[in-house]
Amino acid sequence: MDETMLDGNAAAGDLQQLFAVEVTQMVGVCDGCGTSGPLAEVRTFALAPGLTLRCPACDAVLARLVHLPDRTLVELHGFRRLELLS
Amino acid sequence: MPDWPGHRAGQHLDVRLTAEDGYRAQRSYSIASSPQDPMLEITVERLEDGEVSPWLAGDAQAGDELELRGPIGGYFVWAPERGGPLLLIAGGSGLVPLMCIERLRRAAAPEIASTLLISARRPEDLIYAEELRAGSAVVTYTREQPAGWTGYARRVDRDMLAEVAPPAGGRPHCYVCGPTGFVEVVAEALVDLGHHRALIKTERFGATGG
Amino acid sequence: MADRLCEDSRVSPISRGFRRRESGGDDSRLPPGQHLVGGFPVLSAGPTPHTPLDQWTFSLDGMIDEPLRWSWDELRALPAEPIHCDIHCVTSWSKLDTEWEGVSVDTLLEGVETEAASITAWCDGGYTTNLPIEDVTDGKAWVAFTYDGRPLEPEHGGPARLLVPHLYLWKSAKWVRGITLRPDDEPGFWESLGYHPRGDPWQEQRYWGD
Repeated sequence: MDETMLDGNAAAGDLQQLFAVEVTQMVGVCDGCGTSGPLAEVRTFALAPGLTLRCPACDAVLARLVHLPDRTLVELHGFRRLELLS
Repeated sequence: MPDWPGHRAGQHLDVRLTAEDGYRAQRSYSIASSPQDPMLEITVERLEDGEVSPWLAGDAQAGDELELRGPIGGYFVWAPERGGPLLLIAGGSGLVPLMCIERLRRAAAPEIASTLLISARRPEDLIYAEELRAGSAVVTYTREQPAGWTGYARRVDRDMLAEVAPPAGGRPHCYVCGPTGFVEVVAEALVDLGHHRALIKTERFGATGG
Repeated sequence: MADRLCEDSRVSPISRGFRRRESGGDDSRLPPGQHLVGGFPVLSAGPTPHTPLDQWTFSLDGMIDEPLRWSWDELRALPAEPIHCDIHCVTSWSKLDTEWEGVSVDTLLEGVETEAASITAWCDGGYTTNLPIEDVTDGKAWVAFTYDGRPLEPEHGGPARLLVPHLYLWKSAKWVRGITLRPDDEPGFWESLGYHPRGDPWQEQRYWGD
């Protein structure tokens, strides 16, 4: 078991800057295997040069985030889609 | 505290410290105080080789400034409207957000039943020990036990949960918080005991306190 | 509950008395912005892979007439050498006087004719990193399998990782399984999201544009 691995709750502070709605409840669909679930339950690897979110079912990279001194770079292309409850 | 919008039980905030030379460090801390409490309280465990916790737990004085981001989280939260009964299972510092939930329940919805199971290494590691004594929390000490201890003395496992947790048929809302390994063992054991995954919420903590 | 979108346009308050960890020791050996650590931090972008040695291979492909491949036993039969070096992570920690053992990339490239200007190292778990070919030749890079006199631990990249100590440690790809020789740069895992194509700690080449 990778004790350094966390979950989407740990990524929420960074991700919240992108979204107008609360992120931990947002549902993500993995583009690799199609599994869906709340972002709170994705695998988060935060002890690194950047943040990596991975699918809890297949470990595919869902998203990455890097804080540079003057900006933050984000890529989300591992999600087939995101679903926001209205 | 100016601009604080209030929080929900279970949420956390990110704390950022800035040194005079511009150097910054950031950590996450769960909010310990009940949403009804006018004072915002976080609980910080001082890590020996830590960078932020020694400042927060040692050097910080009244009037010092730091930056907060939050409150953060909408998944690992509870409010009385969600109902009960509650099953709160904490490993180490994972007790903080669960204590927040328990404090809210006691103050705003005492008629909702809750079961609190806490895993700590040693008696001196148990946070909120005084406050817990007044309640009916079940504690397991995994490394060292107090003199004369007749309670659990091992890591939380399926058998312990079968004895302590309310039956799955009562559909309790389960909140599990602590180190990743702890959370995964407990969550799987709960599923094994018949609790529905949709009723199990998890939050994994790392050694960095977040 | 929304975060303040303009927070970075405000000046952060200084947290009185907070400072970065002391660099300690021999500062002349530390690149700018680095500090010494006692342990060996484990950083990763994904779960630790565990490829059995009887299935493990190392490949050399791309701009090469005949792709090459070594099994674990074949790699271990190649001449290996001790490596004594300082290592520097872009997250600002450094360790001095680390001891490794591995096969030089020059040994792997022996007899290989190529016009490649760049390499991509690729790994179990999907991690990649790119490097100019001059940065992995002439005694600057190894496929390392021993750390501190013991077989390299999985959490530190075992059974084998790339070791390129003159550049930031994200270039020393853990769980390396092959090198692809390329005519041009193919930005790797971190290089595609803000990190410098080369990563020389002495020129503080951490990010794009540095």
